[in-house]
Amino acid sequence: MPYNELMVRPMREELTRLGVQELRSVAEVDAALGTGEGTALVFVNSVCGCAAGAARPALSLALQHPVKPQHLYTVFAGQDLEAAARARSYFGEFQPSSPSIALLRDGEVVHFVHRYMIEGHGPEAIAADLVAAFEHLQEGVGSRE
Amino acid sequence: MAVFHPGHEELHGVTVVVEGASGRTWVGRYHETSDRGVELHDVAIHDPATATLPRVQWVERLRKFGIQVDEPVVILPPREAGPITRLAAWRAPD
Repeated sequence: MPYNELMVRPMREELTRLGVQELRSVAEVDAALGTGEGTALVFVNSVCGCAAGAARPALSLALQHPVKPQHLYTVFAGQDLEAAARARSYFGEFQPSSPSIALLRDGEVVHFVHRYMIEGHGPEAIAADLVAAFEHLQEGVGSRE
Repeated sequence: MAVFHPGHEELHGVTVVVEGASGRTWVGRYHETSDRGVELHDVAIHDPATATLPRVQWVERLRKFGIQVDEPVVILPPREAGPITRLAAWRAPD
């Protein structure tokens, strides 16, 4: 059951103020991911502690790096149920977990940070993994900056 | 780094591998250990009698693609629950 929107709004804003576009409906997800063009990051947000203490701060750190995906998206698992399910339909064989982070190039997942890779790790370690993945993702593709 | 669940064990909410005395392997989010045993949530189960992949390859596949849930909740009785390792730290035996 979704949490009170007042409670989760700061969790949404922690990402949107980084420039991450929130996708709250199936139509928004399809419009964003359906073209399968370029590089994209999809952050599957969550109310859980490892999203607050590790995953969201890690993304904030990683996005300070000059190389990043062309498109930055987020869906909120447990809140925007249909949008999250639709986004996961673009992840192929990768199983749902939240928080999690998918990196896609031309519609294919090329790196996936599962929840188990976030649990118990500090933001810096997760950010370092993300930055390495950003650089790999951008090989042969124009950077956002 | 601590997990943010005050009042719970350190592993609460963490995805772990439990090696069962039966030869089965259980991968799921650790909830707690009580008199009834070890409680896991969103659990993938490897049973060597029916599995299509050897255990090591099965765990490696979970690490790459994530947990394909077989059971929402499993309580492993104390006689079954063997070593518990974080999935992120799990290594195949030599």
